[in-house]
Amino acid sequence: MASIKIDNNKCNLCGECIPVCPFEAMEQAGNVIEINAACKMCKLCIKACPQRAIEIVHSENSVNKELWQGVLVYAQFFEGKLHPVTFELIGIGRKLASEVNMKTYALIIGHDMGNAPQELLEYGVNKVFVYDDAKLDRFCADTYANVFEDIIGELKPSVVLVGSTSIGRSLAPRVSTRFKTGLTADCTTLTIKPNTDLVQIRPAFGGNIMAQIVTSKHRPQFATVRYKVMDCASKVRPFGTVEVRQVDDDMSYTKIEVLSVIQKSAVTSITDVDVLVVAGQGVKEKEDLSLIKELAISLGGEYAVTRPLVEKGWTDYTRQIGLSGRTVKPKLIITCGVSGAIQFAACMNFSECIVAINTDKDASIFKIAHYGIIGDLYEIVPSLIEKIKGDREYAV
Amino acid sequence: MKIVVCIKQVPGTMLVDIDPETGVLKRSGISAKMNPYDLYALETALILGQQTGAHVTALTMGPPQAQAIIKEAYMMGADDGVLLCDTRFAGSDVLATSYALSGAISVIGGVDMIICGKQTTDGDTAQVGPAIAEHLKIPHVTWVKKIEDCSDSGIVVEQNMEDSFEVVRMPYPCLISVEKDIYTPRLPSYLNYKKTLNREITVLTLADLLDQDEDNYGLAGSPTQVERVFSPQPNDDQTIWDCASVDGAALLYDLLTAEKFV
Repeated sequence: MASIKIDNNKCNLCGECIPVCPFEAMEQAGNVIEINAACKMCKLCIKACPQRAIEIVHSENSVNKELWQGVLVYAQFFEGKLHPVTFELIGIGRKLASEVNMKTYALIIGHDMGNAPQELLEYGVNKVFVYDDAKLDRFCADTYANVFEDIIGELKPSVVLVGSTSIGRSLAPRVSTRFKTGLTADCTTLTIKPNTDLVQIRPAFGGNIMAQIVTSKHRPQFATVRYKVMDCASKVRPFGTVEVRQVDDDMSYTKIEVLSVIQKSAVTSITDVDVLVVAGQGVKEKEDLSLIKELAISLGGEYAVTRPLVEKGWTDYTRQIGLSGRTVKPKLIITCGVSGAIQFAACMNFSECIVAINTDKDASIFKIAHYGIIGDLYEIVPSLIEKIKGDREYAV
Repeated sequence: MKIVVCIKQVPGTMLVDIDPETGVLKRSGISAKMNPYDLYALETALILGQQTGAHVTALTMGPPQAQAIIKEAYMMGADDGVLLCDTRFAGSDVLATSYALSGAISVIGGVDMIICGKQTTDGDTAQVGPAIAEHLKIPHVTWVKKIEDCSDSGIVVEQNMEDSFEVVRMPYPCLISVEKDIYTPRLPSYLNYKKTLNREITVLTLADLLDQDEDNYGLAGSPTQVERVFSPQPNDDQTIWDCASVDGAALLYDLLTAEKFV
């Protein structure tokens, strides 16, 4: 825990800190500068102050980190299968654990889970904790949080990793709040310090900025990670064990009653294909999306869009790449008229080959593209489709 | 019935850049607006208010300027508004924010339902709603795309899971976070504007909350700390083709062929 304090004896009210603050958190109130509730603790005011009157004050009460050991991965089992983000979480979890000589554990909650616990062992976890009960068949935030509380109390893990799925994003804040500890959402990079502090990097403040976040005085350290961000764990000869845990009535008591389940029709998800062609605001009319679709089909892939196009109602958010949509990691992604805001870039910049087409040579998408084409998508895309089609005809 | 809608003021633009020399954030716009996702939460509350006669309170935490979004909520039809405002709330992370908001909800008292937007456009975490529910020890359901029924004893909602929709029932008090497009948010009305011109906004400070221990709020009460902020690494290993001088489509076609995509 820390806070930013202004030493009023040193402060000469020069006001330099006020415009520096991106959040308008510095205010002059009479003869003092005050920091208001908009402060995000970016510390830019500390750097800006010529009088060195602003400082960060750390308080000393911290948990005993020695008592919190191990990396616990939530293995999301839902509707008969493990969510694939689980194997990616085990991948990063094992890496973190090996750096500080800890063990990796998995928690699986549900009913009739078949071979899933054994499957987890194949990815190299030291122990799988199983909570199997008919009352845990469907996800409810309250019962699953109770189970989490039980295992955290028993295991005392240093790090807890949860997938940024519909379930994970509902469950993780509930559990981290119960333990009065920190939770960092949608981490794109995770490393660990020798003192077991988890270094969490994520896009932040809604701008083109990355933030490095730590939870240095509390345990466990909760982080959520989106699907397709981390590398999948390699398979090993299983060496871990499975422990089946008791589910008591208090744990499985819920006020939430699932009345019915409606299956969505199976559609090809943009997260599961090798090639994506993305339409951004450079696509002028809804009808022009057909151009993007055609290129996607000719490359055997799917088309996707950016947030503004979903907001215009051109397509639904299952095709949206971005923090409020999906994260993708295809082998090839071609962006057409996409500017490349961080909320978009953070959710596709791990793609193997990024091609960007944009008329604006200063568009931020060119910072992350492997191949940038400065030009008009309305000229390039039709020409490219022609060439691919011509190639097919020639082959026949 | 009493409904509280949690809303937040966010920057009007998401275009923030960092000076690579000094590491200072460059602000390119100072306008602020209501988090767009909160409009859906507010609309949900107003519709339920019309159906059940529930009293709708808009609640926000922020600097004094955040009163603007309470006024906006009034113009849409909210019955009253609360601004949680204290310099000691500065720098709150998810835990501290949700704790302060849950404290305010307790002060408001007798609340049956709390409605949140899906997420904010500046934080994009979607965590504060479930965290409020945990502080208050009440059940919550996220990603609500449809209200099926709202009776005296509880609500039935349809929630959007990855591969399915679930219809679930929950008793009051409870919290839901709603999806975009659950309803179409109404526009602020001039009639309401005139009607609510002089309507008070309740301002709560730390002194009004039950727990007045400063260490539980703001930076002091936030377990997460931002160590540093930086610009994303540009990709150094890249090729740029300018169509003013080369045939971009031909070069791209050659690339796709060489990489075996065609």
